[in-house]
Amino acid sequence: MTKNTLATGLIWLASILVSGVFFWLLSDILIHGLPHLSWSFLADAPKNAGRSGGIAPIIVSTLLILAVAMVTAAPLSLATAVLLSEFTRYDSVFGRLVRRSLDVLAGVPSIVFGLFGNAFFCIYLDLGFSILSGGLTLACMVLPILIRTAEEGLQATPNDYRLAAAALGMSRSAALVHLLLPTATPALVAGLMLGIGRAVAETAALIFTSGYVDRMPDSLFDSGRALSVHIYDLSMNVAGGDANAYSSALVLILILLIINSIAMSLAKHWLHRSDVTV
Amino acid sequence: MNLIINPKNEPIDKTHKDEAYTLGPLQAGPPCCDPEPLIRVDKLSLHYGKKPALENVSLDIYKGCITALIGPSGCGKTSFLSVLNRMTDMIPNCRVSGNVHFDSRDLRHPALDVQGLRRDIGMIFQKPVPFPLSIRRNIELPLREHGMSKQADLNEVMQQVLQDVGLWDEVKDRLESSALALSGGQQQRLCIARALALKPKVLLMDEPCSALDPISSGVVEDLIQRLRGKYTVVIVTHNLAQARRIANYAGFFWIKDQRAGCLIEFGQCKQIFEAPAHELTAAYVNGSRG
Repeated sequence: MTKNTLATGLIWLASILVSGVFFWLLSDILIHGLPHLSWSFLADAPKNAGRSGGIAPIIVSTLLILAVAMVTAAPLSLATAVLLSEFTRYDSVFGRLVRRSLDVLAGVPSIVFGLFGNAFFCIYLDLGFSILSGGLTLACMVLPILIRTAEEGLQATPNDYRLAAAALGMSRSAALVHLLLPTATPALVAGLMLGIGRAVAETAALIFTSGYVDRMPDSLFDSGRALSVHIYDLSMNVAGGDANAYSSALVLILILLIINSIAMSLAKHWLHRSDVTV
Repeated sequence: MNLIINPKNEPIDKTHKDEAYTLGPLQAGPPCCDPEPLIRVDKLSLHYGKKPALENVSLDIYKGCITALIGPSGCGKTSFLSVLNRMTDMIPNCRVSGNVHFDSRDLRHPALDVQGLRRDIGMIFQKPVPFPLSIRRNIELPLREHGMSKQADLNEVMQQVLQDVGLWDEVKDRLESSALALSGGQQQRLCIARALALKPKVLLMDEPCSALDPISSGVVEDLIQRLRGKYTVVIVTHNLAQARRIANYAGFFWIKDQRAGCLIEFGQCKQIFEAPAHELTAAYVNGSRG
């Protein structure tokens, strides 16, 4: 009885601690960031190294970098996950090799990705400090997360569907397109969200690849400052930039929430149209 | 018995719209007095890795008849079924040897059109596997995969097969709702309808009633009876009374020397149950062994 009470207490304590940290963080950002948040903050360019003015070009750069990263990484990772889960045996040498490499890749610190991106995309491919370089570097960084979550999502679909589809003379690709991918959609969306979260929070890799320039980008070949880089710069290098750093952090969180809910509702809508029940 | 349990089955027998789909009345079909083998199995053995699962099985499956395979769990009945529609291809390390012929097709030929074969030899699993789609799409998806695309044709086939399995009246108003919302017995009948929609010649059934309650089981059993003549049915069952009620032929499998499954006796159902030639068969069907 006392053991049970103790265990229950510990479990409650752990969950209160975890959610407590989250709420502390959130309320800190809200309290400090909300007063400065205004329409002009979202629509204006930064002035005086970011101490005043807004963050419009930075939001645009962030979204462009994110778009480049996801447009590159999502199809690549889906294809790899399908290959791993549906067309190779789980214990095959190839499958094990790819999985092990992905696990190593997932553990590589982001600063290493930044150096790699700088050497490969900026210098070797001659893309310079640009949104394209930054986006492609982020794509490399989120690939392991996207592939592993997509693969796990596919493997979690009931094997009965594969057998039943085969017994009806359906091809493997038909079963994949009509049954397995729709069933795995919630897992795929969740993985995508994790990837976006990691990409949008990335600072170190972007300083080396997409650069610091806080002007509105004209094309993907322009340098652009991401929100996370802006927050880092304001809080570490610019005296008196704290207030705008808080507001930028709040905007970053809002952007994540918006992307999250859009993706969820798109997935729901699409599942409803293909009449899959999950 | 079927009239009490499922009076809804009655009107189906009167609909003779399309000979290819509509099942005949109960107990119809050839009495199997002139058996014509459709599948010939000769010296079939099957290994999972190094472990033998079946050894030296030879038997004929007769056209239009119901063949029941009985025996204790793990004696290779399901493995035997999955050889017949090449589902063994999906199991890693599964090795098959011996000769299996369906009509004139060599079922073990490496270049065999497996998808075409599975269209001709359908399979029903122990646990009903409706796809997580609407009832309509469950039937339509495989048909579309096999090249039927006109909505009018699809609708016609769907209505006929759903009538054939006695599900039409129960679901005609909610064809667009999810098949997962159906009861277990309805799901199994939907799976049978889905298989019938492809106009197979043979239906393999792996304990199709064992996951169902007695009433649903009775409905599915009546349905299997009505497949006789039109389709060749091979059914694995642990329900000896059921095998006795529905089968024309019966095969008794047993695990020999704690090693591999083998066929002890095969013959007309009546003979297997009433005058078994082998003492193991006699002990099993009388309930003193197994």
